[in-house]
Amino acid sequence: MEIKKGKATKRKKGILKRISGPVVTAVNMDAHMYDVVKVGDEELMGEVIKIDGDDTIIQVYEDTSGIKPGEPVENTGLSLAVELGPGLLTSIYDGIQRPLETLVEKMGDFIERGVTAPCLNREKKWEFKPMVKKGDTVHPGTIIGEVQETNIVHRIMVPPNTPGGEIREIKSGMFTVEETVCVLKDATEITMMQRWPVRLPRPVTAKLNPDIPLITGQRILDGLFPIAKGGTAAIPGPFGSGKTVTQQALAKWSDAEIVIYIGCGERGNEMTEVLTEFPELEDPKTGKPLMERTVLIANTSNMPVAAREASVYTGITIAEYFRDMGYDVSLLADSTSRWAEAMREISSRLEEMPGEEGYPAYLAARLSEFYERAGRVETLNGTNGSVTVIGAVSPPGGDFSEPVTQNTLRIVKVFWALDSKLSQRRHFPAINWLNSYSLYIDVLSTWYDEHVSTEWNEIRTWAMEILQKEDELLEIVQLVGSDALPEEEQVTIEVARMIREIFLQQNAFDPVDTYCSMTKQYDMLKAIRGFADLAYAAQKAGVPPSQIMTVKSKNELPQIKFIKDYEPELDRIMKDLDEEFNRLRTV
Amino acid sequence: MKEYRTISKIAGPLIFVEKTEPVGYSELVNIVLSDGTIKRGQVLDTSDEIVVVQVFETTTGIGKDSGVRFAGETIKMPVSKNMLGRILSGSGKPKDGGPEIVPEKRLDIIGAAINPYARALPEDFIQTGISTIDGTNTIVRGQKLPIFSGSGLPHNQIALQIARQSKVPGSTEEFAVVFAAMGITKEEENVFMQDFERTGALERAVVFLNLADDPAVERIITPRLALTTAEYLAFELDMHVLVILTDMTNYCEALRQIGAAREEVPGRRGYPGYMYTDLACIYERAGIIKGKKGSVTQISILTMPGDDITHPIPDLSGYITEGQIVVNRELHRKGIYPPINVLPSLSRLMNLGIGEGHTREDHKKVSDQLYAAYAEGNDLRGLVAIVGKDALSERDRMFLEFADLFEDRFVRQGADEDRSIEGTLDLSWDLLAHLPEEQLVRIDRDLIHKYHPNHRRKAEE
Repeated sequence: MEIKKGKATKRKKGILKRISGPVVTAVNMDAHMYDVVKVGDEELMGEVIKIDGDDTIIQVYEDTSGIKPGEPVENTGLSLAVELGPGLLTSIYDGIQRPLETLVEKMGDFIERGVTAPCLNREKKWEFKPMVKKGDTVHPGTIIGEVQETNIVHRIMVPPNTPGGEIREIKSGMFTVEETVCVLKDATEITMMQRWPVRLPRPVTAKLNPDIPLITGQRILDGLFPIAKGGTAAIPGPFGSGKTVTQQALAKWSDAEIVIYIGCGERGNEMTEVLTEFPELEDPKTGKPLMERTVLIANTSNMPVAAREASVYTGITIAEYFRDMGYDVSLLADSTSRWAEAMREISSRLEEMPGEEGYPAYLAARLSEFYERAGRVETLNGTNGSVTVIGAVSPPGGDFSEPVTQNTLRIVKVFWALDSKLSQRRHFPAINWLNSYSLYIDVLSTWYDEHVSTEWNEIRTWAMEILQKEDELLEIVQLVGSDALPEEEQVTIEVARMIREIFLQQNAFDPVDTYCSMTKQYDMLKAIRGFADLAYAAQKAGVPPSQIMTVKSKNELPQIKFIKDYEPELDRIMKDLDEEFNRLRTV
Repeated sequence: MKEYRTISKIAGPLIFVEKTEPVGYSELVNIVLSDGTIKRGQVLDTSDEIVVVQVFETTTGIGKDSGVRFAGETIKMPVSKNMLGRILSGSGKPKDGGPEIVPEKRLDIIGAAINPYARALPEDFIQTGISTIDGTNTIVRGQKLPIFSGSGLPHNQIALQIARQSKVPGSTEEFAVVFAAMGITKEEENVFMQDFERTGALERAVVFLNLADDPAVERIITPRLALTTAEYLAFELDMHVLVILTDMTNYCEALRQIGAAREEVPGRRGYPGYMYTDLACIYERAGIIKGKKGSVTQISILTMPGDDITHPIPDLSGYITEGQIVVNRELHRKGIYPPINVLPSLSRLMNLGIGEGHTREDHKKVSDQLYAAYAEGNDLRGLVAIVGKDALSERDRMFLEFADLFEDRFVRQGADEDRSIEGTLDLSWDLLAHLPEEQLVRIDRDLIHKYHPNHRRKAEE
């Protein structure tokens, strides 16, 4: 593989010819596709996106107001790349990896243009512990040392585009990210920081089967529609259906070691909520702030549209970098529709022939390229890592037939269908159990057998059947009323209601209910199954459903959700249930 | 300043100027007519050969003989504390017969984005005195919450009631109001102005008026002028500002008009593909900045064409704003004011501003329970239409009655009725008490014991 080396070749300066919003045209340039250029006297950052005869068309990542024809354009000769190294974690970047915290210091509360700041802190010294010694041979991707970055160990690797070789010198101690920590025999110097072009996937040895679930603590996700580590999922949802809350719950609770959150074209105040909450949130596993394993990318809707287009690539490249260290990474992109709209906006400024609904014809290709960068892999250094991509789509008017949703569904394996009807009833997470699906269930069933219970897969199928049955019955109820149903089916409706209200509904704001372990999920579903068995048996023994509905202890089941050490209480309720049903049958 | 007489084409609100020296993108342009009148515009596209200018007034009278001057800077807005109490036109010129604004500062009207890192989290509960907002769709300071309405519905009254009654309990500071009207009728204007005068709100308001017969393209800058003023008042003069923008639908129509004149590839329903970004640059100008005392809260009104919430204007708005208040025609027909349908309404920042320390500990759960019970009752109405009331179970009948009760007592209130948040929550409990206690599954038992009227009565005895 060949990518451009760090040294830029000096190229001829071009001259601006036309400015039309975020798209500008320059002439007399010696440019290649996706070269990063500096536009105008203020040196705004841009990227070459089209070459047409003598014209070079550039998308600019900053506001272009006041820029005039005739101003210079300088080509850096580099492609848009991110800096990777210690200091990434806990950072908050904009779409082109400018650290927002530093920008506040440099230019105040509003984002002005023409200001640059290094993506990784250049002054901070990190303690580098070598993992290899002089004379060892290293290859691209080999881990040569470790840095305790936060509670996460940052593994320093030979960049994938460095050939490797025998180590001539390896250091130990405190270094900045730019200082050489290792020298190879051919005099290649390796620092703790590496650069990687965002539009190019980082290489791996092999892609593995995604057969381990990503545990999220959300009952409807883990229980009914699981996603595998290295899998892809889409959350489509009309606005106000609780998409953002669901995504944030995933970021907080999923058992990935690293979380990359891309706020792509999202609301400023909501980004602030993430920025305020994450540092305060405790990581349930380590007790440390969640932020210590998180990288946030925030490009709000009113920040430049071209940077929004780039933000998704910036995020996935950082995710791949941590994956290469052997970590499980989950990447949340909120929202890929805003990303697609950025593509559409730039495409229309380019006066390209539009495809469906004005989106560019390459929309499907870009989406699939992006999702294909997910996966569980064997890395170049032989460890296993994964990138799980969860993309939100925001279909206009809640219409799932629109191009972004449709093209996304063709690629992803899990679909969590948010439903605004459910959120109106305050059924949260508002994920519709009938329209959602997961194609990982078969691959993951072995894992559930081994780690939860051999009964799990059967009980999951049972719950799905009841819910499906309920949907059919409700149609009949709509027509004839519930009293007209056969008695057995009246019981089914009651059981389904319990599955919905007890198992599926989960309160993200309740300290206990916000995370539900697999064991508790299993126990809860088993308890409902237990009630169902008793109820069906009682009904067969001649107890009328109206009597079954009056069973008191079933009303105590929902409280289990909010109790941390629920086992004794659950046992007690199950015992009471047994007794109550016994009494019913003897009456 | 150099004047060009090289206009080559005039199409709708756009003029095309040739053979200019380099002109900056989005620069301010003055067009001098033969009779000396000056019209203002802005550069939309600039190149060596041709410069496209969007004129903010009508292009009537502009010809190939008109002169074009480029100001060499983007549009700036003169701002000053003395703007409070003033009425300005849609392009910022005094309309009340008063003197020109003496600027303390001149600010770029294309506001820069607030760095997300510099934002402070909005969490100060605003009490509007309207139960359907305070109780179930709470607004906080720094939020942007639009009112989705339809033509012929009382959205203006609701906006006025909010402007009149809004306060942060426990704080004596009053909101300054920045009011921007885009394409509203003279009558609607009168309603607003009379109310501002009657309540004395005008003294702490800045009013921008672009009426229905004013040039449509001027509407493009009206909200930007208003928000620039609001940001100045909030972030430099430490005021809490409530911005009311009405009607965003007219703004979007103007945007479409320009897009069509530029012969752009249209997006959905002919609206330009960049409408999302454009709207975001307006709506996002709300919030609080760390270390600054003021805040900008935005309430924009938009009328949904054909009451269609999936129309591009409400749809894109809803993706940017932090929720929406939906005004409903059916409730209006039933004679209920304010006809706010809580089911599709939402405040995304509600959870930040409610609960212990903000409103009351039971707020969230009570609100969830109201929603759930009303949604269920509302669904049953459909069923009743088919099978009749008699076919319903006892439980269903109770929910059905609850829905009616909810609309009649919780939703309905007077145009001058200012309910405190405690009043709204106590009223909610009174309504919920009509349902059997075990049906209140959204509320923990502790709260039920503390607040449920039955238990309170017992406790009192």
